[in-house]
Amino acid sequence: MTQAMHQILVIEDDVSIRGVLRVLLQAEHYRVIEAETAARAAVEAASHKPDLLLVDLGLPDDDGLRVIRTVRAYSPVPIVVLSARTMEAQKIAALDAGADDYVTKPFSAPELLARVRAALRRTARGTDLQPVLHFGTLTVDLARREAHGGNDELHLTPLEYRVLESLARQAGMIVTAHQLLREVWGPGRFDDTRALRVCLRNLRQKLEPDPSRPRYIVTEAGLGYRLRVGESP
Amino acid sequence: MSEARPDPDQLLATVKAEEARARRGKLRIFFGASAGVGKTYSMLEAARNMRASGLDIVVGYVEPHGRVETERLLEGLEQLPTVAVNYRGTLRREFNLDAGLQRHPAILIVDELAHSNFIEGDPPPRHAKRWQDIEELLGQGINVWTTVNVQHLESLNDLVAQITGVRQRETIPDRIFDEADEIELIDLPPDDLLTRLKAGKVYVPEQVATAIERFFRKSNLIALRELALRRVADRVDAAARASALTDRTSRAWLARDRVLVAIGPDAQAEQVVRAGKRIADGLDAQWTVVYVETPDLLRLSTAERNRRIDLLRLAESLGAETVTLDGPSAAQALLEYARTRNATRLVIGAPKRRGLRAWLRPSTTIAVVRKARGFDVITIGPTEETRRAEGSATAPEPAVPLQLRRYAWALATTLVCTAVAFAMYPYFEPANIVMAYVLGSTIAGIRFGRGPAIVAAVANVCAFDFCFVPPRFTFSVADFQYLVTFIVMLVVTLVIANLMASVRQQTRVAGARQRRTALLYAMSRELAATRGVSSMARVAVRHVAEVFDCKAVVLLPDENGRLRYPREAPLDGSFTKADLSIAQWVVDHGKRAGLDSDTLPAAPALYVPLSDESQRLGVLAVLPENRRRVQLPEQRHLLETFAGQLGLAMERARLAEQAEAALVAAETESLRNTLLASISHDLRTPLAVIAGASSTLAEHAHDLDEEARTALARSIETKARDMSELVSNVLDLMRFEAGQIVLRRDWETLDDLVGSALARVADRLATHRVDLDLPADLPPLHVDANLVVQTFVNLLDNVGKYTPAATPVRIAARAEDDVVRVTVDDEGPGLPRAERARLFDKFQRGQDEGTVVGAGLGLAICRAIVRAHGGDIVASDRPGGGARFQFTLPTRAPP
Repeated sequence: MTQAMHQILVIEDDVSIRGVLRVLLQAEHYRVIEAETAARAAVEAASHKPDLLLVDLGLPDDDGLRVIRTVRAYSPVPIVVLSARTMEAQKIAALDAGADDYVTKPFSAPELLARVRAALRRTARGTDLQPVLHFGTLTVDLARREAHGGNDELHLTPLEYRVLESLARQAGMIVTAHQLLREVWGPGRFDDTRALRVCLRNLRQKLEPDPSRPRYIVTEAGLGYRLRVGESP
Repeated sequence: MSEARPDPDQLLATVKAEEARARRGKLRIFFGASAGVGKTYSMLEAARNMRASGLDIVVGYVEPHGRVETERLLEGLEQLPTVAVNYRGTLRREFNLDAGLQRHPAILIVDELAHSNFIEGDPPPRHAKRWQDIEELLGQGINVWTTVNVQHLESLNDLVAQITGVRQRETIPDRIFDEADEIELIDLPPDDLLTRLKAGKVYVPEQVATAIERFFRKSNLIALRELALRRVADRVDAAARASALTDRTSRAWLARDRVLVAIGPDAQAEQVVRAGKRIADGLDAQWTVVYVETPDLLRLSTAERNRRIDLLRLAESLGAETVTLDGPSAAQALLEYARTRNATRLVIGAPKRRGLRAWLRPSTTIAVVRKARGFDVITIGPTEETRRAEGSATAPEPAVPLQLRRYAWALATTLVCTAVAFAMYPYFEPANIVMAYVLGSTIAGIRFGRGPAIVAAVANVCAFDFCFVPPRFTFSVADFQYLVTFIVMLVVTLVIANLMASVRQQTRVAGARQRRTALLYAMSRELAATRGVSSMARVAVRHVAEVFDCKAVVLLPDENGRLRYPREAPLDGSFTKADLSIAQWVVDHGKRAGLDSDTLPAAPALYVPLSDESQRLGVLAVLPENRRRVQLPEQRHLLETFAGQLGLAMERARLAEQAEAALVAAETESLRNTLLASISHDLRTPLAVIAGASSTLAEHAHDLDEEARTALARSIETKARDMSELVSNVLDLMRFEAGQIVLRRDWETLDDLVGSALARVADRLATHRVDLDLPADLPPLHVDANLVVQTFVNLLDNVGKYTPAATPVRIAARAEDDVVRVTVDDEGPGLPRAERARLFDKFQRGQDEGTVVGAGLGLAICRAIVRAHGGDIVASDRPGGGARFQFTLPTRAPP
């Protein structure tokens, strides 16, 4: 995959982790800018206009959440959180603040790179969604509301199409359950997670080769869902 | 008996007494035979010497009696301000206890140990007696010098009264004198004293002013002097013995005497108690004052019952143990008790009944003397004074209001009997007609009590005589045989009426006792079922308020030992305006105070300690609606028993808490050790790999081929992930134990959760086959998704660790009422049978420490998670081999 020399701002106070990230990202031909404090990060983000931010939440001078909010206030740049905070409440807080994805420390290199790629792809596409999704041998055309699989015609309900649409708009990244509910069911059914679960189970039954071990529609327990299409898991 | 061995109990008591003494201030008493020997003078002189040598000695109170010499000695000594007390319109100077406590000098001089404070004065004193003030000073570690005369000693009170004919009202308990650290006898020959008296140098207290001639007779003074000298000699003797006691090489310890002092409700009892004290002291024996509560005695008036309580208190203040026995016969109960306690002597008042009465109903003393075996009985003859008191004491029993209605009914029985007798007359002999009357009298005796029965009996005799004895309708009697009939009829009726009255009385007494026991039992039972000291306090308040018709509160000390009001909302019967300073005094001293007690008797409420001062459990404060409810001696005793019961229950609760805390501490300790051992092993192993592999890569990267480098890097990655798992497990468990984990429940589907878990353990279970049996129609679960996934991850992780590669794992689920039951089966070696019960405890592993990494926290976390969801997890053998874990997850939101 060709990289147009994407520029990534790494906001991280630990020098050895910054070192690892630099080696890792440069090996993938990204340009890396580093910031070790929240104040420095704000300056770098404003002056260099990076294509992606990798943010650690625990910074010496301020909380990373504030950096996310500051940047999000003026820019739609993708933000991936890289943090040792493992409790869901903390993850959700980061996602609510405007982060696009969340990777916990300790992280594995392939996982981090996959998230970074997915986030950059979203910007490349802008808000247009990829109209045709491939699930192994199955294809779903969101624009036409058509699904084909192997030999059979596949039937998805309008609700299922809309869920897929929402997931596809942020393909590769976490979409929280609440976001899905808001976008698909509307604000009135905000807490009807039961309907959401049933819908996703049905979607998996229809699209996944082995629904009990989903490959494409992955659950992030306690957070939401992630659509993984067009890349190897 | 030939063994030279001190009594261990006594040694212990000595040690305890010494410990207590080390903290207490020292008491020095300037002791004299009578007023005017120069006690105050000597004391002040000694004080001046002390002062000159630079000691912090302060005069708290000295009665100068307007004597110039005393005034002069006071000059140059620091004096505390006195407090002016308004007593019945006159102002009196009084010792200021609070000033003394606040000044806290090394030595404080407080004259006149036997002085009584003005209880009804304004402001009211804290204690009724000065010796109580001094006790408090000593308790605070202040050394006190004071003066007292021999006639003020409680146990010598009778003797002095007999010698001089003047009774001292102001007495001090012998205990105070005996426990004083130093006694300085101020001796003055009687002739010199009389000279001083004539010269007007002796102050005479008001109450003896009238009897001054009688009191200051030379013979009296000689006797008093002898008494004082002997008392001091006794003390020296006791001190010698005490030192022998602590000296282990002392000579053979004699078998100890035990003196029982039996008292009744009569006026002689006080004298018997004092005599008992002297006898016990003479023998250096332990002594017990026994009061037997027989049904007869329960019929006594309030004043007499009060006297009984006072007597027991007097005995306690003289150092006796007091016991109240129950029993139908005083003699029987006494003998029984004497036998069980191995008494060697029994002291009892001399019999008072004489002549026929004594023959008909032998007094307790006679009965005891007749049956005494194995101990001596000492009888104490009455003094003139008590004999006089006896005469006056028995006379005024408050008259029971005549119950006219009962008398009317009694007379009505006579009318009915007469009517029946008229009906019988034509057919029956007079002998049988009499029976109708006897029956009537009996009924009157049963129904209407003693008095009406007597009236009925007399009326019946008259009616029978008048109506049926020839000559009829006159009171004259022709045949003298009928006189026998009359007498027998009268006697029978009286006997029956008496018996019935006595039965009724006993029933009433038994009823009262049963009621008392029932009330106590009710509270004890509820206390036993109550946990926590403050809940116990609430239970007690409820019971006490109900039983005594009062407002009550239990005040408990906080961490600093200061009493405070309970934080909970007050109950209906709560007493909300208790005086905390009185309560604090009560808990500090372990003595009751307030309403009608020795200390602050003018207070509206009564404060009873729950235990003695060493435990300081708390105070029960009671504000009675009706003072009589707590003034009656039995009621007050019952209240104290309630407080005692509560104290015991709270003490028990406290001990249980302490035991539990100790257990928890021990477990925590052993847990910490296991944790350290386990974590250090489980962290060191991967660290060794990481350090080894990474240093190899750093040093020899160019020597290695691509494959070897990758293998080393992979091993670093794997071990780092193991450590990460371990650390997050430890953190999770700590959060669970700290109660920091709050479930974030939502609706989830089980296949979703299992899918997540499988994705997370994919690399660790790569070699195993996972079979899923999750029905499509499983209801959604209402759970914390992340935690349930963690449960599956931990269980599957164990499968990866403990079962051989290529064995299958099966995850199955079935819907039940409100839950889904999940089963995870493997076909590995199964569970170690011996450790199955502890499998879910922390730091348990399937195999001994060594090959497998993981601190044995996984299953503990699983259990914590499942339990937090209201389910449980069990481990068993899978039929056909392997292990089976089963747990439930809720499908319904908790209400």
